[in-house]
Amino acid sequence: MKNYEVVIGLEAHVHLLTESKAFCGCSTKFGLEPNSSTCPVCLGLPGSLPVLNEKAFLYAIKTALALHCKIQNLIKFDRKNYYYPDLPKNYQISQYDMPLAYDGVIEIESQESKKKIRVKRVHLEEDAGKLMHEAEKGVSYVDFNRAGVALLEIVSEPDIHSPEDASAYLVNLKAILKYLKVSDCNMEEGSLRCDANISVRPEGAKALGVKAELKNMNSFKAVRDALSYEAKRQIDLLAAGEKIQQETRLWNEARGLTIAMRSKEDTQDYRYFPEPDLVPFTVDKNKIDQIMRSLPELPQAKKKRFISDYSVSEYDARVLTREADVSDFFEATIKTYNNPKEIANWLLGDIASLLNARKVSIAKTKLKPGHLAEMLEMIHSEEISGKIAKEVLPEVFENGLSPKEIVRQKGLKQIKDSGELTSIIELVIKENEKSTNDYKAGKKNALMFLVGQVMKKTKGKANPKILNNILKNMLGGK
Amino acid sequence: MHSKKSIPNTAKSCLDRISAINEKLNAIIYIDTDKVLKNAQEKPSGIPITIKDNICVKDEPTTCASRILENFKPPYDATVIKKLKDAGFILMGKANMDEFAFGSSCETSCYGPTRNPWDTTRIPGGSSGGSACAVAGGEVPMALGSDTGGSIRQPAALSGIVGMKPTYGRVSRYGLIAFASSLDQIGPLAGNVRDAAMLLNVISGYDELDSTSADVACPDFTQSLENNVRKIKIGVPKEYFPEKGLDGEVKKAILESKDILQGLGAELIDISLPHTEYAVSCYYIIAPAEASSNLARFDGDQYGLRKDAKNMIDMHLKTRTAGFGDEAKRRILLGTYSLSSGYYEAYYLKAMKVRTKIKNDFLEAFKTCDVILTPTTPAPAFKIGEKINDPLGMYLSDIFTIPANLAGIPGISIPCGFTKGGLPIGLQLLGKPFDEETLFRVAYAFEQNTEFHKRKPNI
Amino acid sequence: MANTKAIDKKTVEHVARLARVNLSAQEIGIYKKQLADILEYINKLGKVDVKNTLPTSHPIGKMKNVFRKDNMKKSLPVEDVLRNAPNKKDSLFIVPKIIG
Repeated sequence: MKNYEVVIGLEAHVHLLTESKAFCGCSTKFGLEPNSSTCPVCLGLPGSLPVLNEKAFLYAIKTALALHCKIQNLIKFDRKNYYYPDLPKNYQISQYDMPLAYDGVIEIESQESKKKIRVKRVHLEEDAGKLMHEAEKGVSYVDFNRAGVALLEIVSEPDIHSPEDASAYLVNLKAILKYLKVSDCNMEEGSLRCDANISVRPEGAKALGVKAELKNMNSFKAVRDALSYEAKRQIDLLAAGEKIQQETRLWNEARGLTIAMRSKEDTQDYRYFPEPDLVPFTVDKNKIDQIMRSLPELPQAKKKRFISDYSVSEYDARVLTREADVSDFFEATIKTYNNPKEIANWLLGDIASLLNARKVSIAKTKLKPGHLAEMLEMIHSEEISGKIAKEVLPEVFENGLSPKEIVRQKGLKQIKDSGELTSIIELVIKENEKSTNDYKAGKKNALMFLVGQVMKKTKGKANPKILNNILKNMLGGK
Repeated sequence: MHSKKSIPNTAKSCLDRISAINEKLNAIIYIDTDKVLKNAQEKPSGIPITIKDNICVKDEPTTCASRILENFKPPYDATVIKKLKDAGFILMGKANMDEFAFGSSCETSCYGPTRNPWDTTRIPGGSSGGSACAVAGGEVPMALGSDTGGSIRQPAALSGIVGMKPTYGRVSRYGLIAFASSLDQIGPLAGNVRDAAMLLNVISGYDELDSTSADVACPDFTQSLENNVRKIKIGVPKEYFPEKGLDGEVKKAILESKDILQGLGAELIDISLPHTEYAVSCYYIIAPAEASSNLARFDGDQYGLRKDAKNMIDMHLKTRTAGFGDEAKRRILLGTYSLSSGYYEAYYLKAMKVRTKIKNDFLEAFKTCDVILTPTTPAPAFKIGEKINDPLGMYLSDIFTIPANLAGIPGISIPCGFTKGGLPIGLQLLGKPFDEETLFRVAYAFEQNTEFHKRKPNI
Repeated sequence: MANTKAIDKKTVEHVARLARVNLSAQEIGIYKKQLADILEYINKLGKVDVKNTLPTSHPIGKMKNVFRKDNMKKSLPVEDVLRNAPNKKDSLFIVPKIIG
């Protein structure tokens, strides 16, 4: 059987984190009463006119610069004309032949090596409203709250050759956008959406195969799964000597497959032309330089620095720098507790699980870098054990009290007093004659059991080192 | 002597006049009499004004004289309406117009044609025909219109009143239901130059709600009303006096007007605007293209007419088919065609380039003159129905007004004569961008030294 | 003019569909003729040499950044938003289903 190469291009749509919409003053907040965040402009009422949100534009430029794009000299908008009930004017204000930025690059690390995925274009447009269908009644409901929210479209060249690389591209793109604080990239709320173009061709072939456009992928996993499915579907078709249709296919998450969208009745003819309600303008070069200089340290650079400055592993550095919140937390903790490796272990271990379980970002919890530093210091000075620390951590998450305070309130401080421990151990030995004898008979495992019993009685507070010493002495081990 | 008292009408007397003659003229298509009387009581010195039906007035029907917007009441005021209300004007309902301002005769309205008060078998001009007719017929002292290719100046000329299209960007378009966004401009229609200048004072100015509104200082235009045109250089473009296609009586009146101004001390200069002959072509690509997109929103989803159907496309098709009149459909089709794939470069892009040439003609001409003098229309008012089946003939009647919209420059039409049959003739003056002052000055001097504006139709 | 061709029945039908209007057979005939006449007149533009001419999208070429600050403004009351709606339920517009 022939080998095939998969060719993927991604089209990401990102909500920009502005207070107000792209062309009017309505709030961009998610989850408001339907149609309560609308006005004549975003409803497209007759007579209304758009005025560009400066912050949306600056965020777009900021993103474009972070993606190493060139910025267009003259910025203009165009109208994309098509009829759809979620599009109030029946045209979308977008950018056509002159996207505000072009020719950028996003670096990704795939298993083997680093790769550069070229960014074809970045342009600014307005989002559409939301449609909810009620098939039985033959109607759809329209909510225009989302209509007019500033949307950045970032289109890659077809430089991606595996679903894993597609996912890595998105992970890095998301990391960059979040570092720039231009988008919250919340896929569930639709503030990051992704479509993909995918085709396959026999290995070594120059010409691109017939592509399918994939839509409706609502998570990174969905993107990976949909692309894997679609790549296999196309390869199977070609291998069987069949042809691939150029079409739009929807990912069906529940069934784990892609389904051809019912082809639209109309051939698409968007009749783009320059938006006459907005005036083309030039961007001040100084302004661009100024934005360039104010760009924060981006994930790639920060990762390199973490490896060299803190001697963390490549893997740890990558995960730590994926989100600016986490890397900021990491560095803030180091300032008071200078053990990067330990901090990284906690951040990527217990803290990460707590965040995942609660689906929050670290900046939004009550856990502060000072708390983590204090807790690690307490472990270091053997005031508490690592095990107790794992109990303390969720408490800090919940109520924001300092670890010291929680340990005090709950009496979790380690028992290091030999006298106190000795009397507990004596009791345990008495109650567990069999294990005591087993140990003496050479069964080393029995010691672990006895330690466990002591821990049970002390609710985990016994200092393990001291406990071990006393126990061994009392049992008279070899 | 001309009276300095320029606003003779009160809201009450306007209402009386409207109830007496509006049935004959069909100039005003909506008026809430109780509301007017209540406003008049609160603002006894408020100036009555009627508003073209494509300008949004909060909670009042705003339909563009189209079935597709039937019962539509905007939840907001256009910027110009806000300004009028703040200045204490009394809004006297909505004025008839060609549907969506598509026309030069005020015949394409879904409310039926407006009639010319000088001869009710004739058109008043369009598209702001209702506004012009209401002023000419004495129903109101002034009105707001909009001008995309001559829609203020042409009906002003054919109805024997003053009408001005300001510089593109001078008056906010926010709340003006767009026909062609890059050409539309709201402007005043009035019985005399002073009223027009006063009204422009109220409505002009930068508006942060309109990206195309110009952030330039607005002078007090009434300050420029001086009876003195000495040293003012008036350019007369040869292209506006063609051998064929210019009515003899109109030509005579314009040449006489030229002599009057010369007699007042103005300096007349022959100029050329070589791309004039391409203006109508250029316009009939750009305007319908923009219109086809601007009117796409009228689909029955959110407001206005809805014809029920079981799916979206059929509902849109049925609604738009029933809601738009013939001329609206013609322009939508023309615009859709010129933007559709394969034609953009040949039509729209090309037209935008020719537009540059037309604009440059004017900028070049203004190096040698201060204003340009032309006829407003090639002929006086034609009969109702005369051109309704001849769209191209209708389009060509805007041949002298269209270039100013393409170039964005201001223009004013003032009464300058009558035909033997008693139909008004308009003189057009075109000015440099943002130099409405010189236009008012020349227009005012002409008016002060002529009697045409004093003649009233016998109705 | 280059790249343009005479308007035929199919073109009128296609354009009408794009513009979302239905035309009767008779109307198609009328519009075909009228559009053809208008386009023939418009084709005059082919005579103008625009090789080195930039397009004008806005007549007053004072290019200036026109921005608004990212400030929230009051939205319309929901009653006002829906007041003109041909069909609505709760705070939502109702439209016919997309395909069917």
